[in-house]
Amino acid sequence: MLRFAATRLLSLTLSLVAASLVIFTVIQVVPGDPASFMLGMNAQPETVAALREDLGLNAPLSARYLDWVGGMLSGDFGRSYTYRVPVAELIRDRLWVSLPLAVYALILSTVIAFPVGLIAAARRGKPADFTIMGATQLGIAVPNFWFAMLLVLFFAVNLRWFSAGGFPGWEAGLLPALKALTLPAVALALPQASILARVMRSALIETLGQDYIRTARAKGLNRRQALIRHALRNALIPVLTIIGLQFSFLLAGAIIIENVFYLPGLGRLIFQGITQRDLIVVESVVMLLVFAVIVVTFLVDIAYAVVDPRLRHRR
Amino acid sequence: MIRVRNLSMSIHGVPVLRELSFDIARGEVFGLVGESGSGKSMTALALMRLLPDGSTVTGSAKLGEVDLMTGSEARICAIRGSRIGMIFQEPMTALNPVQTIGDQVAETLVIHGRTGRAEALRAARARLDRVGLPAAEFPLSRFPHELSGGQRQRVCIAMAIALRPDLLIADEPTTALDVSTQAQILDLLKGLVEEERMGLMLITHDLAVVAGMADRLAVMQKGEVVEQGATEDLFRNMRHPYTRQLFEASGHRPAQTAQAAGSGLLEVDKAVRDYSRRGRGLIRPAAPFRAVNRVSFEIGRGESLGLVGESGCGKSTLTRAILGLEPLQGGTITLDGERIQAGRAMPAHMRRKMQIVFQDPYGSFNPRWKVGHLVAEPFHLSDRPVDIAARVADALREVGLAPEDAQKYIHEFSGGQRQRIAIARALIMRPELIVLDEAVSALDVRVRAQILDLLADLRAAHGLAYLFISHDLNVVRAITDRVLVMKAGEIVEQGATETVLAAPSHPYTQQLIAASPVIPAQWRDEGGQHGRPLV
Repeated sequence: MLRFAATRLLSLTLSLVAASLVIFTVIQVVPGDPASFMLGMNAQPETVAALREDLGLNAPLSARYLDWVGGMLSGDFGRSYTYRVPVAELIRDRLWVSLPLAVYALILSTVIAFPVGLIAAARRGKPADFTIMGATQLGIAVPNFWFAMLLVLFFAVNLRWFSAGGFPGWEAGLLPALKALTLPAVALALPQASILARVMRSALIETLGQDYIRTARAKGLNRRQALIRHALRNALIPVLTIIGLQFSFLLAGAIIIENVFYLPGLGRLIFQGITQRDLIVVESVVMLLVFAVIVVTFLVDIAYAVVDPRLRHRR
Repeated sequence: MIRVRNLSMSIHGVPVLRELSFDIARGEVFGLVGESGSGKSMTALALMRLLPDGSTVTGSAKLGEVDLMTGSEARICAIRGSRIGMIFQEPMTALNPVQTIGDQVAETLVIHGRTGRAEALRAARARLDRVGLPAAEFPLSRFPHELSGGQRQRVCIAMAIALRPDLLIADEPTTALDVSTQAQILDLLKGLVEEERMGLMLITHDLAVVAGMADRLAVMQKGEVVEQGATEDLFRNMRHPYTRQLFEASGHRPAQTAQAAGSGLLEVDKAVRDYSRRGRGLIRPAAPFRAVNRVSFEIGRGESLGLVGESGCGKSTLTRAILGLEPLQGGTITLDGERIQAGRAMPAHMRRKMQIVFQDPYGSFNPRWKVGHLVAEPFHLSDRPVDIAARVADALREVGLAPEDAQKYIHEFSGGQRQRIAIARALIMRPELIVLDEAVSALDVRVRAQILDLLADLRAAHGLAYLFISHDLNVVRAITDRVLVMKAGEIVEQGATETVLAAPSHPYTQQLIAASPVIPAQWRDEGGQHGRPLV
């Protein structure tokens, strides 16, 4: 098991190095010079040149790459060109919104999907299954921003249970902050839960056809016991894969929902960074997201091995 | 103890069991034989009430006072695993891969509410000891993937007998195992029946297995019991023609004209095949595993050579090396004077001389291709002939199929027909050597007899040489001139098949022959004209 974790860790590190190189290179070839963008159309060439010098844009590529990576390792992500504050601070503030939102949505989606998937699999071909399959189809098909607007209309405008948007900050207290994240989390969780429930159902149905389920039934387990005690854990591998992918998506992909609810999250930060040629912000946020995705993948790999003893002995 | 009366069953209106009636007493072994599709397994599943969806049952099956067909599901769940235990054919997939063997055996006790977990684990330990898996080598914390097929079957048995059931149903418990393991498992089952006074319902297609095990026997055909009675009496008399057909097919030997082995076709000289093993440390490599150790033999033109041995003895590895699929670490293999080298180095004209037929008639075809396409596939080794359709038709005709079958898909054929198609595919290149890797092991006895006849005819017609790999000594005796016995990567004995099987000189060969189940000779001699000596 340790060996398995060690080899995974090595591959994680290599992926990070490769990703940082790719991100750095891509940012260099993107058209648009941050210095001239910051100073506007009418800026004097000398001023632009001075600013470029000031921003460190004239140093050789390799030096800038090493500078960037070295900075990140020590927690220094550089200074935003437009906000004129350290990128680390910007990211930290936004992360405190995006990360809890992603976790919240993921928990919701998992909590909904597991029982729903289990019921559908247990009632395969019966009305409950058809209803669930229909509902999840709908859940995937409905665009989440539209669903978000419906939520706002119903729960914020009509019932006045929640506010329609904005984020009070964690200093306002845990409950108000969570309350502000609830509608966005529900809007994000719905399609994810639908996908997860369907994956869960099909994984369970496949497992239920296995010989060891028949063995379990021959031991005297009833259908439900066989499903919970033997099928569930064996069906987890594909489900874990999807959960891992969903977390990465939720962390970075909430741009639209963040906009609908006026949430100051990472998605909006990166969007603003791109439109304003704030390359250092874009670079850093993208690197952070890649880091998150790779770490989640690593955790999912470890979870595979926890679930399935056969994987512990592989390299 | 269990009393089955007029049990019939149909699935979506199609009858699969008709009016079955039999009894099984405590301490009795009741054999159920028949070919695949005869309803043997369905009978077992019906007794467990583990029926497929859409099935309807009439008649009764009483265990003591409980009617298994009408009791409530909860009541039947309480009986399954506690009063009736069951083990299945395929031990490799019968255990949950993510649970330890200890937990799986203990679960039988826990689920029936007899004990708490700690006590159940203690009992599980005792049962695993009883089935021959001692604590030192097989702690409760082992996972199924760490065990061999035979060991897994023992775990299944421990699970099924954990609560000392009245009846144990064993559905082809040894079909997936090699002869030595089969003998051990059958021994274990027999011991358990005597010790625990259980009834055992032994389902098998192998007449020799039931002959050695069963007190009473029922023969099934198309969902019906056509004949039943005391085993010896049934074998001596064989009142029903179907029983006689089964019996004759199981000892069938095709008429062969003795062929003088021609000049050397395939020569294997001190072949060595090593596999690298994963080291214990991160860097230090382990000593490689030697799967084939300095093996030498020869196959002459038109000769049929058998290769027998247990699973894991290196038969398949050797075969792959001969086919040029894997490189050798030492020695040479030459075909028709040309050296076989693995990978792209092997020229097409050499591959054409050798073709293979695999064991599994279901897994070895692409299901989306038509038969004509499948049979013609080896032509990628040569230029596509213009008369390809005619050649496919010829090949199909030769294996006893119709040329029109080329337009069908593989799922439209039975197991035996698929094996014929596999042979047609091997034949179409006019090879000199066909490797038959357990090619008849998955087939029912009567189909197997037909395929053996076909192989004998084809050999006579085309002067083919066969390398016939099998764990079944009966089949090897029926189809080969010479035999090699392989153990742990080495050839321990070789010689003319009749001589080796009649008077084995190596202890391992003797052990293999002793482990092969037989129908006692006197049952046949007095019974009359039919029957040939089995091994």
